[in-house]
Amino acid sequence: MNKPIEPNSFKNGPDEDGHFGIFGGRYVAETLMPLILDLEKHYTAAKKDPNFQAEVDYLNKHYTGRPSPLYFAESLTDELGGAKVYFKRDELNHTGSHKINNCLGQILLAKRMGKTRIIAETGAGQHGVAAATVAAKFGFPCKVYMGKTDVERQSPNVFRMRLLGAEIVPVTAGAGTLKDAMNEALRDWVTNVEDTYYLIGTAAGPHPYPELVRDFQSVIGIECKEQMMEAEGRLPDMLVASVGGGSNAIGLFHPFLDDKDVQIVGVEAGGRGLEGDEHCASLSAGKPGVLHGNRTFLLQDDDGQILEGHSISAGLDYPGIGPEHSYLRDSGRVEYVPIMDTEALEAFQLLCRTEGIIPALEPSHALAEVVKRAPKMDKDQIIVMNLCGRGDKDVFTVGKALGVDMETE
Amino acid sequence: MKTRIDIRFEQLKVEGRPGLVTFVMAGDPNMEASQEILNGLPKAGADLIEIGMPFSDPMADGPSIQLAGQRALKSGQTLAKTLAMVAEFRKTDNETPIILMGYYNPIYIYGNEKFLEDANAVGVDGLIIVDLPPEADHELCIPAMDKNINFIRLATPTTDAERLPKVLENTSGFLYYVSITGITGAAAPDPDRVGKAVAAIKAKTDIPVAVGFGVRTAQQAADIGKGADAVVVGSALVSVILDNLDSEGNPKPETTKAVHALVEELASGVRCVKHG
Repeated sequence: MNKPIEPNSFKNGPDEDGHFGIFGGRYVAETLMPLILDLEKHYTAAKKDPNFQAEVDYLNKHYTGRPSPLYFAESLTDELGGAKVYFKRDELNHTGSHKINNCLGQILLAKRMGKTRIIAETGAGQHGVAAATVAAKFGFPCKVYMGKTDVERQSPNVFRMRLLGAEIVPVTAGAGTLKDAMNEALRDWVTNVEDTYYLIGTAAGPHPYPELVRDFQSVIGIECKEQMMEAEGRLPDMLVASVGGGSNAIGLFHPFLDDKDVQIVGVEAGGRGLEGDEHCASLSAGKPGVLHGNRTFLLQDDDGQILEGHSISAGLDYPGIGPEHSYLRDSGRVEYVPIMDTEALEAFQLLCRTEGIIPALEPSHALAEVVKRAPKMDKDQIIVMNLCGRGDKDVFTVGKALGVDMETE
Repeated sequence: MKTRIDIRFEQLKVEGRPGLVTFVMAGDPNMEASQEILNGLPKAGADLIEIGMPFSDPMADGPSIQLAGQRALKSGQTLAKTLAMVAEFRKTDNETPIILMGYYNPIYIYGNEKFLEDANAVGVDGLIIVDLPPEADHELCIPAMDKNINFIRLATPTTDAERLPKVLENTSGFLYYVSITGITGAAAPDPDRVGKAVAAIKAKTDIPVAVGFGVRTAQQAADIGKGADAVVVGSALVSVILDNLDSEGNPKPETTKAVHALVEELASGVRCVKHG
């Protein structure tokens, strides 16, 4: 196959039908079609309304604590002995991850649309916590669908969501992880079409979700660009972010897509290796298909049945990926690589030791890639990594993986 | 060219009664039993047959049909095997319309063009693909029409007057009115409300309207059938299979008979109705 002709801009997507190249679109049941068309109409109007953006900006600043710092990780840079490593510190946000950026934008949209009930899906629970948080602040009842397996391995987040007033629905279908939670949230939405707003947590799903989630997350990249100019007077040489559904990554990458000198790397969960089925590297080892309302790269068998992935990080445990990432992969603009569970665990510990920061397991995957690349780069080169979440939620998982029994220590 | 679906609805019109559309999941609980159930449906009183193509992530289906799909996949069902079942059925029945119903991804992976060719060759008459709305008609709907396979669209209570023309545009064979917002097998529909909705649709189109979701008994089938050209029953039949499995999940000797008995009962319901 010939390599596609390079477009004038990588930022033109989606088209009016929600496509990024061949990816994206609106593959949903007819019951939902009028709803997503209505959502698109309201979002288009909101984008043009200066008051809407002003409200998002105000909450980002005073509720979330934005802008998040761009931090030069000097000790880690010394340790790696190559390129200068900067972190975009979205782990310092209220609720502990980048997920709040999207939730604030969407809850304002729900309010604008006159909806009275919020539903959400969650994997690791970070999005569930952020959704429950904004629902509490704006006085909406909130139901969070979460795979039973994830409810068990992310119990601190389950309790946080309950404290915030959300109702947690453990999903037993399938393997009880994120994709099953998403199926169940869609079933709820199909049933409660009148009053319910579906607050999707990642830049995937039917159009316009991938676009609007990206737009709300792009605050990461926009701030980063300004902060980088201030700190170094130039753009970075490389961006690195972890990719599950891909919302933190697209938020960082999107404002830089047309800066051709900036190399961009997305890091997928390689789990226990790409040879078997125990990974979530849909771009490295999957193929295009249609699931959850969009065409994108998926882990699937020869009959088109979707496979259950595996990752040590519940937040990356999804067999698909946002459609814009599929487009950026096929167009060659972004390079996607897998990182194994063991590599992520090592990077996790390295950051604790060198910088005094406990990262979430998701950005630990991105960090493992930085550890590989920085030493091979010149000392005057710059890498920015999105440190999209903090690791408090993961200490039990890491402890277990390292053979530490916290009950008896 | 008329499809078996067109011809069957013409016959029903002559008889002056609504048709019974039965849904079964291909490969549930295994391919052999499923074939036996399928082959006996016309004799039990099914006028049209919908065959579910199992999918790992059936986002619009309730627990009964989800479980049926999981049983089928566990027993090794694939899209190729589902097409083979239709071929086998056609050896003894060349009149009863067969409609394949499911989700897009297995077809997309099989290859749209190859799928339509093979479906045509084995005697499939129509397709219902839940997650392909009119906005995606160029992908499968229009190529299917070119192969003389009907593409049957779903209309729902959320399909308002503004949306309806878009839904009707490339629909052929019949329109499937989903009588509730929700997943398959959920609450029973209210016949009066359904009757009004169907009348509103029939004012805009000449194609037959079948009504489904939530129909379980002969009485419900008769009530819904008064205002519709056909009544679809799915979850109730699939539940009979579940209730007739042994502890290992295998069919019992009476499983097939139990499914056909319910079909006979439902058929008696639609056959009581006389359309004016």
